Amino acid sequence: MKNEFIIDETAAQGQSLARKNAHTPSPTSKLAPEAPRSETVFSRRDFLGNAAKSAGVACLATAAIDQYIRTARATDATALRPPGAIKEEDFLAACVRCGLCVRACPYDTLRLATMGEETALGTPYFIARDIPCFMCADVPCAKACPTGALDREIPDIRSADMGVAVLVDHETCLNYKGMHCSICYRVCPIRDEAITLEKQTINGRQMLIPTVHSSKCTGCGTCEKQCVLEEAAIRVLPRPLGLGKAGRNSAGRPLTGHGTLKRDL
Amino acid sequence: MDVRSLYLRTTSEARLYSATRRGWLFAHRYWLARRASQILVLAIFLVGPWTGFWIARGNFASSELLGVLPLTDPFIYVQSLAAWHKPILLSTIGALMILVFYWMIGGRVYCSWVCPVNVVTDTAYWLREKLGLTRDRKLDRRTRFWIMLAAIGASALTGTIAWEFLNPVSILQRGIIFGMGAGWGVIAAVFMLDLFVTRRGWCSHLCPVGAFYGLTGSKSLVRISAINREACTDCGACFKACPEPHVITPALKGTGTRLVISGDCTNCAACIDSCYVDVFKYGSRLSAKHGPERFISPLPAEVLSQSS
Repeated sequence: MKNEFIIDETAAQGQSLARKNAHTPSPTSKLAPEAPRSETVFSRRDFLGNAAKSAGVACLATAAIDQYIRTARATDATALRPPGAIKEEDFLAACVRCGLCVRACPYDTLRLATMGEETALGTPYFIARDIPCFMCADVPCAKACPTGALDREIPDIRSADMGVAVLVDHETCLNYKGMHCSICYRVCPIRDEAITLEKQTINGRQMLIPTVHSSKCTGCGTCEKQCVLEEAAIRVLPRPLGLGKAGRNSAGRPLTGHGTLKRDL
Repeated sequence: MDVRSLYLRTTSEARLYSATRRGWLFAHRYWLARRASQILVLAIFLVGPWTGFWIARGNFASSELLGVLPLTDPFIYVQSLAAWHKPILLSTIGALMILVFYWMIGGRVYCSWVCPVNVVTDTAYWLREKLGLTRDRKLDRRTRFWIMLAAIGASALTGTIAWEFLNPVSILQRGIIFGMGAGWGVIAAVFMLDLFVTRRGWCSHLCPVGAFYGLTGSKSLVRISAINREACTDCGACFKACPEPHVITPALKGTGTRLVISGDCTNCAACIDSCYVDVFKYGSRLSAKHGPERFISPLPAEVLSQSS
């Protein structure tokens, strides 16, 4: 029994040696005739060493790609995604950059980011100042998405969240100068809901101030597109950038430090 | 320059054997077919935006063929899964269809008959040969498998489809279909790598897309077969023409199956083109005439004598 066992092992080694030589004319095959054919040629130590080396290379490559992506993603915060887009952090796990949404858009609003643009390579986005979203009632772009990066079940365009319009510059906005431009209000596809003109008295003068209501605004960007100024005073921003949030600001104080109530913890 | 010297200068060394004996067309028949196929696949996606007659929308990552048939790149799909995205039915069906297709015709058929980067790297290789550039920084052919695993690992770590941030294959195919931007730089880098640094550097050593399709197709039905290997004249043309020459040896010089069974083989048929004695043909695993595939090499003589 013992003898048979040894023969089997040697045979297995012979086979694996033959196979190795047949497939890979590598440095080992040149060395093979000189090296004594013994267990050390295919020792467990060699195997583990090679495996560890390869795994190390794979880990290094993983870390490199990981760092590159983290750097590349820093620019995504400003990209306006198509209607129905899921949360940005989930979006990049789902979007395969196929451009089916781009093809489905009848107004050529959407584009795929090319290398060098400030959005993750190949992902769909739009620049409202160039071509805004025209808010098709049936949302063809979201329905074209094959992966669920855009919600195919989106009930209608009113529930889309591409961003939110923000009147970013009070100094150049003509309504703040007492004029009745109001173009942003007049072009809004959801006029009187997403944007209203509010009477305000500023420095003793009555003014009509365009006021965006974030719960209704879809971020289509028509206001930004049509703003008469050379650079738009009203702009669509992704919600995390464009909106504040009610709640307490710890203003840099540690959570358990002075000024924090115990009931908040 | 007369036609004959132009012909000698432009034909690759590997194909000259068969080109001079059987004619240029014979030595390039599958090469022409592959280029036609690569152009055709891109054309299918470009006809729509150019003429308004839509055959396929989307691009190689995911597409909709004839308005109904969904197709999805399985390697991108796997990375998406690794990034913890819960897939929807459509992309799952699409990825399965692509997998089954390449399982039948050979995984790396994608590389040689579809992928546009193949045109770039083949051109780089041809130029390398014609310019007499011999510098060859050796890389391990298995590097691509580690890059593939790294891409999947990075997907899980970052929650993104990681390889799509730098995939030259996507950059080129999407660039041709949707617009390139500064993506030419990446393609130029791949070209330079193959031209100046490593022989067949990208496709045969580094590309994880090819590695993935190689795994997909390692059990594929359609395989190249050295069906007529007794006729081999040892001219070496097939080894010169092949982007993965190590796959030829067992089929051509072994005593087992005549099929090229390594998943690394791209079914590009450069061996068929370059062989002037018709050693190679496309074959199928289902056919018995290529010899038994599960071949066990004979035991070394001393082992046999010991056991008796």
